[in-house]
Amino acid sequence: MKFLNFSIIILIIFAVNLSKADEITLQNKIYKNLRCLICQGQSVYDSDSEFAISLKLVVKNKINAGFNEDQIYEFLTEKYGEWILYEPQLNKNTYFLWFLPLLIFLFGGAIILKKFINIKK
Amino acid sequence: MRNKIVYFLLVVFFVFVFTILYKGLSNPSLYKPNASLKKIPEFTAETFTKQETLNSKYIFNQNKFYLLNIWASWCVPCRDEHPLLINLGKNNKIEIIGLNYKDNFKNAEKFINDLGNPYSTILLDRDGTKAIEWGAFGIPETFLIYKNKIIKRYIGPLNSELVDEIINYIK
Repeated sequence: MKFLNFSIIILIIFAVNLSKADEITLQNKIYKNLRCLICQGQSVYDSDSEFAISLKLVVKNKINAGFNEDQIYEFLTEKYGEWILYEPQLNKNTYFLWFLPLLIFLFGGAIILKKFINIKK
Repeated sequence: MRNKIVYFLLVVFFVFVFTILYKGLSNPSLYKPNASLKKIPEFTAETFTKQETLNSKYIFNQNKFYLLNIWASWCVPCRDEHPLLINLGKNNKIEIIGLNYKDNFKNAEKFINDLGNPYSTILLDRDGTKAIEWGAFGIPETFLIYKNKIIKRYIGPLNSELVDEIINYIK
């Protein structure tokens, strides 16, 4: 019986730790994708400026309030514009940006394929 | 012939890259936000006197102009713009609300006692999260509000020209 109690406690601690760890991973992922607007070339994750400290707190509070990653990005884009995100979101302004690599890849593939066909001939 | 085309394309490419980079040099490196935020955010904050917690709904609810000014006693430009705010506070068409940003209470109290109080209400933002609700990222920052909408946003300290602009708005 004692052993059962003990293992249940261990299990609970483990589970809590795991969920906490997930939360921290999510937090860090979001921090790293946010641009610190007053420090040039740094993410919020890297920065210790007043702005970054407050922003980290806001993100943490939002996660605790049940916001998911996209909702947090949406919230911050509304306040600061899309510039705050390092990874640009997919919309009509960024189609070109997102699909250009794919186009270049296809183009390159087509050239290679053509060479192969030529060699076979 | 083929070599010439490659050479020509190469030159065009380098000129293109050079132009883009050269133009980039003249861009200001400081970020200016897209003022996409038009509606005032909803938040609750303690007042400076610490007797009550106010919801933003009940602060900006009258049919007049409001000026939200984010300030702190440790912020030097805030000291410079303070006399302008005091002058503006005498105008009864506008109500000035202060948001005290990450400040030490005693210092803030001294600041107000020494320089005067233009604010009808001062809200506290101890951890800077309320300023983020407003989309602010540095202080001082000032928002002109009418009918729950942000009409104008001033980043950095106000000067007499900007105050004139505000007065023009509220005429």
